[in-house]
Amino acid sequence: MQTLDPVAPWLFYLFAGAAVAGALGVVFSQQIVRMAVFLLFTLGGVAFLYFFLEAEFLAAIQLIVYVGGTLILIIFGVMLTSKNPFVRLTVPVPQRLLGWGVGLALTLMMCFIGVWQIAGELDASHDSQGLIVGVGAEHYGVADLGRNLLGKYALPLEMAGVLLLVVMIGAAYIAKGRHADITEGEGQS
Amino acid sequence: MIGLSHFLTLSAILFGCGVATILTKRNAIGILMGVELVLNAANVNLVAFNRFSWAGASVAEGAAPAVDGLMFAMFIIVLAAAEAAIALAIFLNFYNHFTTIDIERARMLRG
Repeated sequence: MQTLDPVAPWLFYLFAGAAVAGALGVVFSQQIVRMAVFLLFTLGGVAFLYFFLEAEFLAAIQLIVYVGGTLILIIFGVMLTSKNPFVRLTVPVPQRLLGWGVGLALTLMMCFIGVWQIAGELDASHDSQGLIVGVGAEHYGVADLGRNLLGKYALPLEMAGVLLLVVMIGAAYIAKGRHADITEGEGQS
Repeated sequence: MIGLSHFLTLSAILFGCGVATILTKRNAIGILMGVELVLNAANVNLVAFNRFSWAGASVAEGAAPAVDGLMFAMFIIVLAAAEAAIALAIFLNFYNHFTTIDIERARMLRG
């Protein structure tokens, strides 16, 4: 069975627990600002778990793009779309219970499929070749990511670049709203 | 001993929390946070599978280490950032129309 031997188990449980606690906080909190703070815990915990999986570059990307970019964007959205940031918008209790039940059912289903079916088969088939973390050729670096981005994944990279350009123009155009038209009309009259 | 199943369990919990968030929030930005949780759960799965099965198999065959899972995760992060930007622009426009962020008010297309 392949395991992360050099990683202390309590370190994994610390960051995984932070991520799960943050996710549960997002579900059960009713105030949007608190939800943003809980989401920060989840994204940060997942970023540290990427370090355990030898994906240091991805961990840095996660911290920069998610924690530094997307979360700030969300908090700006909260500030721009609420007169009172602590306003409560609650759904009826039956709908809330239904949503929690669906989430719990999906979690249990995926736990069953992932842990008992997929992980068990993988552990059985790779029984002989255990991985030693951080030692040997299997420790891929940022150079491998760069080679893949400019070789095998060159077309998706270009498409992502075009997509970001379109998103930038579209977001600026959509967020502008009707104010520009109103001022233009007033200027003409 | 931390193995693949630990990461799969964490990913399943994050995914379930994301779906529950999407289903139980009336604030549009809260729903956006649920989508971010779901995408993060998918990323954890991709990176964990890349670490535990895919990369080890290619190294055993003498090839260069495979990073396809990391590639997919990177593109998902890019798409998530783009999606958040567009969604917030739409929410700002929605707020300009209705002066609230409550999605229960978005029923103009109801027949």
